Parts: sequence; structure tokens; C-alpha cells
Amino acid sequence: MPYIPHTGADVRAMLDRIGVDCIDQLFDEIPPELRVDSLPGVPAPLSEMEVARLAAERAAMDSRCLNFIGAGAYEHHIPAPVWALATRGEIYSAYTPYQAEASQGTLQIMYEYQSMIAGLTGMDVSNASLYDGASALAEACLMAVRAHRRSQSARILMPASVNPVWRKVARAITEGQRLQLETLPVDPARGTTDPKSLERYTGQDVTAIVIQQPNFFGQLEDIEALTRWARANGALVIAAVNPVSLALLAPPGEWGEGGADIACGDAQPFGVPLSSGGPYVGFMASRIEHVRQMPGRIAGRTVDADGRPGFTLTLQAREQHIRRGKATSNICTNQGLLMTAATIHLALLGPAGLERVARACVARTQELIAALTRIDGIRCAFAGPRFHEAVLQFDRPVAPLLESLAAEGIIGGLDLSRDYPELGHALLTCATETRTSADVECYASLLKRLLGRQAAA
Amino acid sequence: MKRTEPLIFELSKSGRGATAQFPPAAEADIPAAFRRRGPLPLPEVSELQAVRHYTRLSQMNFGIDTQFYPLGSCTMKYNPRVCNSLAMLPEFIGRHPLASAATGQGLLGCLFELQEMLRHVTGMAGVSLTPMAGAQGEFTGVAMIRAYHRARGDTARNEIIVPDAAHGTNPATATMCGMKVREIASLPNGDVDLAALDAALSPATAGIMLTNPSTLGVFERHIVEIESRVHAAGGLLYYDGANLNAILGKVRPGDMGFDVIHMNLHKTFSTPHGGGGPGSGAVGVGSRLLPYLPVPVVGRDGDRYRWLDERDLPESIGRLSGFMGNTGVLLRAWVYMRILGASGMRRVAEFSTLNANYLLARLVEVGFDVAYPGRRASHEFIITLKRQAREQGVTAMDFAKRLLDHGYHAPTTYFPLLVPECLLIEPTETESREELDGFIEALAAIRREAASDPATVKTAPHTMPVRRLDDVRAARQLDVAWKPAVA
Repeated sequence: MPYIPHTGADVRAMLDRIGVDCIDQLFDEIPPELRVDSLPGVPAPLSEMEVARLAAERAAMDSRCLNFIGAGAYEHHIPAPVWALATRGEIYSAYTPYQAEASQGTLQIMYEYQSMIAGLTGMDVSNASLYDGASALAEACLMAVRAHRRSQSARILMPASVNPVWRKVARAITEGQRLQLETLPVDPARGTTDPKSLERYTGQDVTAIVIQQPNFFGQLEDIEALTRWARANGALVIAAVNPVSLALLAPPGEWGEGGADIACGDAQPFGVPLSSGGPYVGFMASRIEHVRQMPGRIAGRTVDADGRPGFTLTLQAREQHIRRGKATSNICTNQGLLMTAATIHLALLGPAGLERVARACVARTQELIAALTRIDGIRCAFAGPRFHEAVLQFDRPVAPLLESLAAEGIIGGLDLSRDYPELGHALLTCATETRTSADVECYASLLKRLLGRQAAA
Repeated sequence: MKRTEPLIFELSKSGRGATAQFPPAAEADIPAAFRRRGPLPLPEVSELQAVRHYTRLSQMNFGIDTQFYPLGSCTMKYNPRVCNSLAMLPEFIGRHPLASAATGQGLLGCLFELQEMLRHVTGMAGVSLTPMAGAQGEFTGVAMIRAYHRARGDTARNEIIVPDAAHGTNPATATMCGMKVREIASLPNGDVDLAALDAALSPATAGIMLTNPSTLGVFERHIVEIESRVHAAGGLLYYDGANLNAILGKVRPGDMGFDVIHMNLHKTFSTPHGGGGPGSGAVGVGSRLLPYLPVPVVGRDGDRYRWLDERDLPESIGRLSGFMGNTGVLLRAWVYMRILGASGMRRVAEFSTLNANYLLARLVEVGFDVAYPGRRASHEFIITLKRQAREQGVTAMDFAKRLLDHGYHAPTTYFPLLVPECLLIEPTETESREELDGFIEALAAIRREAASDPATVKTAPHTMPVRRLDDVRAARQLDVAWKPAVA
């Protein structure tokens, strides 16, 4: 019996102690007409050896590709200690630290993580994780509406340059509440939000504006002008940021005059593998005055009954297990293990390592853009500074090219024709520190060959 | 147990680093106006220092791998190591979520099988794997109920009925979905009060959220009655799968008449709790709610798999995550379910229920009071220490803290809220009789100690790194992030 330690004698003795004849009798409060005695459709059991063979066969069907794609999930080097430590049983098999005395390890890791996120974003406080970047943005919108008591409109300006899936998620999660998410247009020349597009909202009740930095296209938004407008118009600023970029870019806490109010994003680039989409790790930080509106767990440092320093979950009166229907969010389980991986990852990289990673990302992306735009029929869509992604425009549809590239083991980027048809045949592409000059050369020469072959055909 | 460990920041020394992890230096061309001006306040430590630090922190934790962890309603069963190692195969973890389905047929095949197994094991018509935790699964369920009523033009239905024993996530979810919460009482025997249900049902009823077996550790015997009354009133039934472990393969939520359910894969299907996640809150629906499932869902065309999205399910409630949910958690659940198979799943319910009823019987023998006498335990049960609190001034929290000294993680305390001084105890099926006997001995010893030496119990734990943290101070003098000293 897999994972069940009972011997026949154990079962007999236990049933005797309970005072029943058989295990089935323990289910006698279930109405008999509802009972099932088999599970057709569920396969027969396998041994560990058999399932390992099956999983290996499945994995072998999935080609290991060279990634030139980001769009919210980024391939970075993950130091070997990260997962060796994160999968230690004492971390991997523990749960939410409700019993603080038996969970000081997890609680201290949460506190260190919160400190790192607060430091990176330039904010006062961080929670101990949300599900992912998309749902963190949704929670940030809800939090802004709670935090901005003077604003009655629950109106949030959402630039079209914000990740389109994150926008969809924000809409789906906030739909039951009275939020109005209004889209701001993209400046077609720079691929950013033109601060002039805000003029029509000047003097109106706007609860918050979302600014993604770098934005979905990899371009750098004019955070100074956008934040200043928000300050002048009494709107809160929600910063959605790539955390690696913060080694080089101004942290949300320093944007404009006074900084952003809430910073959120996905900490997946810190030690979390691409893993086909998850589990990732949403982060959220804010200014201290908004902390009581923040969703999710927070660890705090305090003292114990003997005056020794220690850690505990704090501000739990915000949470569902205490406040029930009046909680800041329904979130309970978050992404603890990924939060742990991110903390270890950042401890290993430190300030110098993270800055090197960020610089290498920028340099590799510039190299990639240069190599691809040397090919006839490919141009860079937007001017202006960027981080580690770029939009390239082609003279023909992108989808068939991506298919041909994939057949040769290269994931060339994301076809933007569905989400941004106005950009024509556009591709969002990315290079992190994990791509070498040889990788870039390989992509460029293959693409050149494919385009030439298409032209000849 | 390791007693103290400095903060990683306190180990930092300028100029030190785990340099083997650094990429080659490169120049980055970012205009000054966009750049960070101050230093990055991250620690500077060697690789060995980091490894030791986090190893030592891990030694300040209880986990399932080190201790019996009978945390009620959390299903802290053994997390088979093979689930982790197979989910971490390089092809799976190296795959970008937006790579085309053609390059991920192996993974999609696993996920499709998982959808199908979950569908069969719960008796539902369709499954979506995208919700990232139980609470998000609940959100999904209530959002689908709302979408269903709205599509029928039945817009006055804005109330969700929740029994008083429910998890806090239930009312919090209803609020998040813009619904009003109507709480109904439970009877002294733990069942839902049908008269209170009748009084709550109205043309405003959107649905009811039920956990069955409930958080009181008993199976709701009137489920058939409840189902017919809620449906007759035009409402839908939501099944909170927190306690699915207790009935796996014995009775299916779909057969009980539920319209939508969420499953906590990190409970019933043994994916790791990771110190607070990741979870996975896959949802199953009956035919009425099929059109509203969140996307993406794995579909099959002949022998090929692909993601179904908004174009395939135009009435979907939409997307809840940046990609497709916690895929790595889903793979772990797939491995677990393939190893157990149909027979293994039935044994989960059988042996978790056997263990709970054995613990209950033995604890009654040694003198503890059970909250719902005369009822069968499900996979968990409640004892109440009301008598000890009154007679000896020793509370459920004191018992919980003293258990840590005996090497056992405490059960869930003070939940459900309606049972005073309660411990909610869930042993799970993977614990041996010897482990249970040791736990019973420990509780019996604490009970004796509460009579002979109550001060020792009231000041416990005595063997942990810290003892009774000052939660009031933690909230009043908020210290939630280390800050570098200002030079």
C-alpha cells in the first residue's frame, strides 16, 4: 500500500480499540445511496520505477529549446544551492508558521525576503508573497481602492503597455467589485505611455495609475512625469516592476516626488525556474501608511516572553482567518517555497551579482536587436531606452517564422499580432544573461535563412 | 534544535560575494535619468555562508519530514520525494510557458491526465487546473456562480450562504466576488441546521458554500436534503475541497449534487506545503457551469493536446494567473495520483479515517472531551479543553505549546471558532500506529502535568528557540524589514 504504514495486525488492533468490525463501518454516516465502490476512469497504480519511466518518456517528448522569449517569465541562471536548500524537508514539508516557536526558520526567511523586496523597491514594507505577478497587480488595484479613502471613483488608469495578460487577470479578479479599469493608449513611436494622454483626466477623481517598468515591450516609461502627474492629481501610483531591473533602474520608492505607493510584480527571475508557467512568486511592497490595507502574510520581528528576539506572523487582523468577510483579501496559502528560493537566490547574488545580471541582460538584448535588425525586413519598432526585451517589426507574418524556428529548437519570441494588431507583424523578443553571443548568432543566422527561403519560395 | 541565527544582513561584509554565480561583466546603456542612484541593500556573503545560514534556519523548523504534524484541516501527509524529482526534470522546468504546444506534448499529456483523474475522482463534468491555491479556487467557484446567474438574467442573486463552521476564506471570497454573506448556524451535533437554511434561502440566494466533511470533523448527514432545498430555491452548491482526503473514492461531490468544487492539491494530493505554499486549487464543475471555467484548460484533438483559451470558451470568467497556474504543483499531483491509482486513492480515505477514529477513541479513553460525541470522526476531529481551562486555567494554546516540547507539531487551535478551547486534530493516513500512540501519550502526560504542575504547561514551550512571542508588540512596534544603518 503506497505510503501507508499499517500492518494487518495494526488495523485489527485499531478497529478493536474503536469498536467496529471493519474500516468500511467508519463511513456509516454517509448516506448509502451516495457511496461509490470504485473509481472508473482512474488508472491502476504504478510503482515509483514505472512512474519515473513514464515521466521520463513524457519529458523526452518536450524539446529543450533555446529561449529568446520573456513576456513575463524569464530564464536566468539559478545557483545550485537554491533548490538544494529549498527542498530540505524542514522547509519543503512545513506549513504556514502558525506555531511561531516551531517555525522560526520559515519566519526569519520571510523577514529576510521582506527586507530584500523592500530594499529593492525602495518601499517601507513588503508582504511575504502573493501567487504571481498578474494576481499581485489585481490585489494592488484592490488595495489602492481601500487605501485611497478620499477617492470615490475606484477608477484605475491602466496603460495598454502593461502586460496584456496581467490586465486581463486584474479585470477578472476585480470584476465583482466596483473598480473601473480604464486603458491608456501607447505612444506608437516610443512604445510607452505618453504623459500627455493623462491630460484629459486632470482634475477628475482618479484613484490610481498603474505604471509598468520596464513595460510589456521592454521600453522604459517616463516614470518621473507619470508619477508627478499622479501626485498633482491626488492619484496613487501602483508600480509593476521587473525585480532584476531594479539593480539598475530607479526603485519605485524614488519615482517622481515622493515615490510610488504600491510596488508589485513577479519575483520569478529570482531563482524560480520557468517551469512551464508556475509556481512563480508575486511580490508586493508599499509605503508604511498603507500597510493595514495590504493583503497576505507578513512576518514581524519582536521579542519572546524571556526578552529574546524572534519572529511571528503580524498584523493578522487584516487576514481572512481572523476577519473573515471583512479581510483585505481571501488569500491564505501563498508561495512560501518560491519566496524561500528567491531569498536564497538574492543572498547568493548580492548587490554586485544582481547588478551584473541586469547589465548582462541589457547588453545581450542590445546585441540581439543589432543582430536581428541587420536582416532585411526586420526593424526595431520603438525608439528610446529599454531593459531586456524589444519589439521587432517584420515585413511578413511572424507566426509561421516562430513555428519554423521552434522546429529547429529556438523559441524566438512572442507573436504580438493578437494582443496588439496595430503593431503589424510584431515580435516581442528577449535575451537574458543566459544567452551567449553564439546563441544570438545562431538565432540570427537561422532567421536569415528562413526569411531567405520564404522569399525564394 | 538550533537556537539562534543572525540575519543574513548581519553576516554581510562589503566586497564579499558568491562570485561563481556571477555572469561576466558587461556594459549596460541606460540613461542616467532612469537609473538607480543609491546602493542596493542586499547582503554580501560567500556561497558557504549562505548555504550554512539557510541550512541552520531550516533546522529551526518543524516539518512533516521531521515531526508528526497533525494540523487539522491542512492534511499534512508525507510528500513523496519522487513527486518533486520528476516534476523537476529539466525538460519540464526549463520550458517557457509561451512555447508552442507542439513542443510540450509530454507535459500537456500529463496535465490532461490530471484533469481527467480529478474529474473522475470528484464526479464532475469538467476541470480547470489554473487556480493557484484553495482561496483562488473558491474565488473561481463563486465567480462562476455569479456568471451563471448573470447569464440567465437572474441578477438579484447576490447572497452566499456560509455555515458558521466554515474556513475564513469562504466569507472573504464571497466578499471579494461582490456577494453578501449570510451565515447559518450548525446544530449541537455538528450538522447544518435545516431550519436556519430554510430561513436563509430566498430569491437573493446565489449559492451555498459547504465543506463536507465539515470543519467540525463530521460528515454532513443531511447533504441530500440541503442539495434539494438549495437547488429548489434557485441557488447553486459550492464544495470546499479542504477535507476531500476524508472521502476520496468513497463518495463524490458530484454525486452529492454539488455544482462546483475546488480541490487543494497541496492537501489531498500531497504536494508540499513549502512553509506556506505553493498550493493549487483546481476546480471541477457540473454541466451547468462548464462554459464559465477559467482559462486556459488542456484540450485534446485526436492524439494532440493544446491549451483551450478565451476563443474556445468565450463565456469563461477569464484568466486568474499570468500563464496557466502552478504547473509544477500540478505535475507533482500527477505523479502522486499515478502511483496511488484508483485503489490507492480509496485507501487514502480509509486509513486517514481509521487513524482519526483510533486517535479519537484513545483520547476519550485517557479522559479528553470530544466536541461532537456520538459522531464518527472523518479524517479529523475536535477535542475541547473547556474543562481544563475552567478547572486548571490551562488553555488549548498551552496544550499546543507544550506539545512542541514533546516533539509534535500542535494541532490547529481555536478553529473552528464555535468550539471553545478546541484542538482540531488531523493525523492523515501516512502516520503509523506507533506515532499515534506516542502522540496520545504526550497529550495524556500534558493533561496530568496540567493538574500537578500547571505553571510548566502555561509557560511552555521550554525546548524551542523562543517562547511565546509578543504578538502585541509585533503589531504595535512594527518591524517587518531590516534597514541598513545610516552612515
